[in-house]
Amino acid sequence: MKNEQSLHISGAEAVIRCLLAEGADLIYGYPGGAIMPIYDELYKFSDQLRHVLTRHEQGATHAAQGFARTSGKVGVAMATSGPGATNLVTGIADAQIDSTPMVCITGQVASHLLGSDAFQETDIIGISTPVTKWNYQITKASEIPKIMAKAFYIARSGRPGPVLIDITKDAQFEFFDFTYEKCKGIRSYQPVPAMDMAQVNEAAAVINAAKQPMIVWGQGVILGEAEEEFKDFVERSGIPSVWTILGLSALPTSHPLNMGMVGMHGNYGPNLLTNECDVLIAVGMRFDDRVTGNLATYAKQATVVHLEIDPAEISKNVHADYPVLGNCKESLLALTKLVEHKPLEEWRARFASYMETEYETVIKGDTLPTKEGLTMGETIVAINKYTGGDAVIVTDVGQHQMIACRYAEFIRSKSNVTSGGLGTMGFALPAAIGAKMGAEDRHVVAVIGDGGYQMTIQELGTIFQTGTAVKIVVLNNDYLGMVRQWQQLFFDKRYASTEMTNPDFVMIAKGYNIDAKRVSERSQLDAAVKEMIASDKPYFLEVCVEKEANVFPMIPTGASVSDIRLQ
Amino acid sequence: MSETTRYTISIYTENNIGLLNRISAIFLKRHINFLSFSTSQSEIPDVFRFIIVVKMTESGVKKIVQQIEKQVDVIKAFYHTDEETIFQESALYKVKSSYLFEERQIQNIIKDSHANIVTVSPEFFVIEKTGFRHETEKLREDLVPYGLLQFVRSGRISVTKSAMGISEILNNFNNQNND
Repeated sequence: MKNEQSLHISGAEAVIRCLLAEGADLIYGYPGGAIMPIYDELYKFSDQLRHVLTRHEQGATHAAQGFARTSGKVGVAMATSGPGATNLVTGIADAQIDSTPMVCITGQVASHLLGSDAFQETDIIGISTPVTKWNYQITKASEIPKIMAKAFYIARSGRPGPVLIDITKDAQFEFFDFTYEKCKGIRSYQPVPAMDMAQVNEAAAVINAAKQPMIVWGQGVILGEAEEEFKDFVERSGIPSVWTILGLSALPTSHPLNMGMVGMHGNYGPNLLTNECDVLIAVGMRFDDRVTGNLATYAKQATVVHLEIDPAEISKNVHADYPVLGNCKESLLALTKLVEHKPLEEWRARFASYMETEYETVIKGDTLPTKEGLTMGETIVAINKYTGGDAVIVTDVGQHQMIACRYAEFIRSKSNVTSGGLGTMGFALPAAIGAKMGAEDRHVVAVIGDGGYQMTIQELGTIFQTGTAVKIVVLNNDYLGMVRQWQQLFFDKRYASTEMTNPDFVMIAKGYNIDAKRVSERSQLDAAVKEMIASDKPYFLEVCVEKEANVFPMIPTGASVSDIRLQ
Repeated sequence: MSETTRYTISIYTENNIGLLNRISAIFLKRHINFLSFSTSQSEIPDVFRFIIVVKMTESGVKKIVQQIEKQVDVIKAFYHTDEETIFQESALYKVKSSYLFEERQIQNIIKDSHANIVTVSPEFFVIEKTGFRHETEKLREDLVPYGLLQFVRSGRISVTKSAMGISEILNNFNNQNND
C-alpha cells in the first residue's frame, strides 16, 4: 500500500489523505478555531469525503457510532479543541463500553501554547484516557501518517473501541513529505489471542456431556462477523440460545432456538433457567451486572464455557471454568465440528412453557392491549408489521428501549443500535442519522422516549439539512418513565423530578420541515405507522402512550435472576 | 472478604507520554492505592518497566493485571509475591556534618547498618542505604535523635526469580511481521 512518491503537503491535508486511505469517506463533526486548517482541506476534498455537520459534537460521536454499528466500518467524528473536544466525551465513553470502532480527531492549540491555559485549551488526552482504547497527541505533521494508521488499526482490530487523536494547530499547518502505509501490527498489542485447540476440545467435551445447556450470546458475534458460524453452532448442537441486549439481531427473532433476552427486563424463561442450566456457554459477552443480577446467586450450579476475544473479560465477573480465547468466528467453527446434536426436548419445552406464562401475564397486555391507552408494545408491533420485521431499530435508554428490544423483530444482523453499557440518553436521534447512512437501503426507525429525545433534539437540524430519511418515533408518556417506574416500585411513588411538561413535538419537527404526526388513539396508530414507513423522507411520529405503564418482567437491582418478577 | 497480600506488579511498556496516566486510571477506577511506585528503563532498549506494589486479594490483582495488559502500549504485565521476587528500596539521609565528628555513636550506626556515605560537606553529610523496608526504617529511627535534616525513600525496585520472556514476545512479533 506504500505510495512510492511522497507528496509535500500540510499536516491538515495529510489527515484527509489518511482518512481516504482508510476508506473513511464519511465523517461527522463540528468546526472551530483549532481545527480550521483540517476543515479548509475538507472543503477542497468535498468531492471525495463527505462531512456531516451535526448540531452538537456529542451528536457527531453518536452518529459515528450508529454508522459503525450498521456498516461494520470505523465511524469518524471530528471536533475542535476545548469545549468541542469535551463534548465528544460522552460518545467516546459510550463507544468504549459498547466496543464500537470509532476514531475521533480533535484540534488542539498550537504546541508552543500547550500548558499555558490558552483559549480553548483543554487536556483532552488526560480527560479521554480512561474512556478510550488508545489516544495520542500529535505535535508534528510528520507523525500524522503513522499515528492515523495506528488509530484505525487499533479502533477496528480485536475488541473494537474508540481512539482519540489530538492534533495541535501548528502540526496541521506544517508542511512535510507525506507517504502512507497501513498499520499491520503493533508489538505491544495482540488484538486477537491465538485460539488454543486444547481449550476448544475441553469445551466441546463439557458441552457434549451437558443435559441442560444454554447459550448466552452477546455483541461479540456481530463484531466478529460470526453470525453464520454462530447459527451453525446453535443448530448443530440444538442448544436453546438467549441474547444480551447488544447481541440482539445476530440470530433471527423467529429462529426456533432463539429463546429471548436475558437480564433486568429480559424474558422470564431465559432468566430463570440461567439458574437451572448445567452448562452455560457464553459467546462474545461480558456478564454485565444488568445481565447477571446478584453475582453471588448467578448460575452457581452451571459449568461456564466462555468464548471471548478479550482476555481481560475471562473470569472478570463470572468465573469461566472453560475459557476459549480467540475470535468466536474461528472458535465457533472449530467447536461446531466437535459438538453432537441433542434434541433436548424436555429442556426446550421448559423455555416454551415459561414463554407461555410470560405471554399470558405480560406480552399479551403489552402488544395486544384491550384497555384504553396506547402501549409502547403495540407501537413496536405496528413497526414490525410495516417493515416486515426488517428495520434497523435505533433506541435510546429507558422503558421504550426495553420494550423495543423485547418486541422488535429482526431477520438480519446489525439491525439493533442502542446504548447498552453506558445507558446514554440522547443517543438515539444522532445514532439513527449515522445508522441510516451506514445502511442506506434499509428502513431505519429511531424509537425514543420523550426525555432522551430532548437531550439531542437539535439533531433534527442535521436531518433537515442532509435529508436523511430516518423515521423518528417518540413514545411520549410525559415522564422519565424508567426512573418513574423505579420511584413507583422502590421509592413509594415519590415522583421526584420525573414528570415532564413537554413542548409540541409535532410543531418542532415541522419547524425543521420534517413531516410529522401525533397519534393518541388506537384507531389511528396502524395507519400512522404505515404512512411513516411508506414515506421516503424523514418522518416524525409522536405516539402518546399510557403515562404510568411499567416494563415487566423485571429483576430488581441486586436481586437474583431467579427473583424475576412478572408484575 | 478474601485475604489480602502484598503483590509486586511489573509492567513492560512502550515509552509513550500519557501511559502512566492510563495505568494509574485503572487503579483509580477501582479505588486502589499504590504502596510504592517506580519506573525505569528495562533490560531491553526502548522498553520501560513500571514496578507497582499493592496490597490486595489475588483475584483482585489478577483482574488488575489483565486490565493493564489490555492497554495497547503495554507489552506485558505480571504480578508476583515477595517470595517470587528479589526486591530492594533505597533511602537517603541528610545529617549535620558536625555530628559525624562530635558523636562517636553515629559512626557506629553507619558501620552497623552497612550504609554508605555519599557525600560530606562542611555543613552536612548524606548517607545512602539500600535494603529491605525494615532496614532503611531502622536506620532512619537510629538517626532521628541526631536531627535528621532530610529523609527520602525510593519506591521498590525488583526483579523476578522466574524469566519474564519479554524479548521472546518482541522477537516473535518481529518475525511474524517480517514474513
